[in-house]
Amino acid sequence: MSAAFSGETMKKIKDIIDSYPDKEAALLPVLHLVQREIGSISPSEEKAVAELLNISQVRVKEVISFYTMFNRKPIGKYHIQVCSNLSCSLLGSESLIEYLTEKLGIGVGETTSDNKFTLSTVQCLGACEQAPCMMVNFNYYGKLDKNKIDIILDELE
Amino acid sequence: MKNSYILEEYLKQGGYEAVSKALNKMKPEEILAEVKAACLRGRGGAGFPAGVKWSFVPKDVDKPKYLCVNADEGEPGTIKDRYIMSHTPHALLEGIIITSYCVGINTAFIYIRGEYENIAVRLENAIKEAYKQGYLGKNILKSGFDLDVYVHRGAGAYICGEETALLESLEGKRGNPRLKPPFPASIGLFQCPTVINNVETLSNIPHIILNGADWFCKQGKPKDGGTRLFGVSGMVKKPGLYELPVGVNLKEIIFDHAGGLKEGKRLKAVIPGGLSAPILTRDEIDINMDCDSLMEANSMLGSGAVIVIDEETSMVDVLKIIANFYSHESCGQCTPCRHGNVWIKKIVTRIAEGKGVKEDVDEIERIATNILGKTLCPLGDAAAMPILSIVRKFRPEIESYIGNPRQE
Repeated sequence: MSAAFSGETMKKIKDIIDSYPDKEAALLPVLHLVQREIGSISPSEEKAVAELLNISQVRVKEVISFYTMFNRKPIGKYHIQVCSNLSCSLLGSESLIEYLTEKLGIGVGETTSDNKFTLSTVQCLGACEQAPCMMVNFNYYGKLDKNKIDIILDELE
Repeated sequence: MKNSYILEEYLKQGGYEAVSKALNKMKPEEILAEVKAACLRGRGGAGFPAGVKWSFVPKDVDKPKYLCVNADEGEPGTIKDRYIMSHTPHALLEGIIITSYCVGINTAFIYIRGEYENIAVRLENAIKEAYKQGYLGKNILKSGFDLDVYVHRGAGAYICGEETALLESLEGKRGNPRLKPPFPASIGLFQCPTVINNVETLSNIPHIILNGADWFCKQGKPKDGGTRLFGVSGMVKKPGLYELPVGVNLKEIIFDHAGGLKEGKRLKAVIPGGLSAPILTRDEIDINMDCDSLMEANSMLGSGAVIVIDEETSMVDVLKIIANFYSHESCGQCTPCRHGNVWIKKIVTRIAEGKGVKEDVDEIERIATNILGKTLCPLGDAAAMPILSIVRKFRPEIESYIGNPRQE
């Protein structure tokens, strides 16, 4: 196997596979696990996952390319995802995205040179009552303004 | 109530009494009759009566049957399932147990959007607690009924909220919707009979079991029972989630519960049921929020997500966001949706930049009309309907951009 997963991850993968009547159904959860361990899913991980689930590598690739949460390239330690849908836009998400690009010195979809931050815009995060909102990794932050963004980013090491 | 996500607290509030009543005192047929009589309509968007949906599942098949809980909350504006799962995950589990018992299901999957990772963990903890207490697993409450529940994470795709795309995704594939028929009730997950219900829909089941169909109906309207969780967002003073009777007036939601518009802002339009719902102008909001009333007004109650738009917001910007969203989320299977939405997005973008031409508004209308009703799944309609409603109701404003630099 070209990509070595940790023993703990391999055990979790086995548990996941066992909870489905069909091995292929384990693909999304297994990819989530692998991404958590490695940070992104490159062709070598694609191949390893394909072998584990007895499917072709292209089956894994087509799934990764369909879902926005799978990263095919490495991203920063903190993935900032700002909602750009309607409720957040009504309350100024566009200017916050602009502010973040200036503050971090990167464009949307880019990573800072120290690999600390990746900035993305996303569709609705399901936290519209907290608009404008964003996610940093799996944590939600709402009712944002420039000041609040400064405080949140300052606290991230 | 505080800490209701913990089983011990939930039990103090009468938790799992509905499961106990259903499994020990009611026959599956009685539960089905009660849910049908309650007129519980699907809270995910389509508003299909839950009891009727369950009755489509064939009784005598030698295959396993599955329940898939649609927790892929992605309709812009919608926040309710997030609240239910994070604050009262056991209410959802009760709904899952009773539904599964009623339909004869022994395995349930909760398909939750991947972004809700922290909530998925909370759900998994609730499931563990329920197993430990004997509400899940083998021979639940000595009824002889077995049920296993699993949490399955999506990975960022709006289309997977469409029920057949959800099934494909759960099977480890791209979320491409299936051709219907066959309907999931007969051929669904792993080619087996499958019930797919929204989180909020299922969370209503324990209340119907405990209080009866008549009580439930009386909370709402005769053909649309119960309460709904209305998520209010946009330019209001108190955005949030409000549980109100089905049929409540939209004006009351916006002005009484959500506190009206923010200081100095004036109402322009309201999207009443998530981004896919055709827009209502400020003159059209004296309307009852139930499935049928909104359908009569050529809109829809959808997921009950109310987005309030103020006078200063440009409808061209709103159109741009809608077109951008659907062109991004189209799965790409059907040509009208795959190409049409990108095409509309290009036209709206140039109108917004003041580079539009005279024919552009007609062109948007023509393309949207050609998406409508011509796709495998409802995403095509979900894009075309709000776009058409905006173009038709705000035409002069959109036309005012043609040949003009951006109006600020």
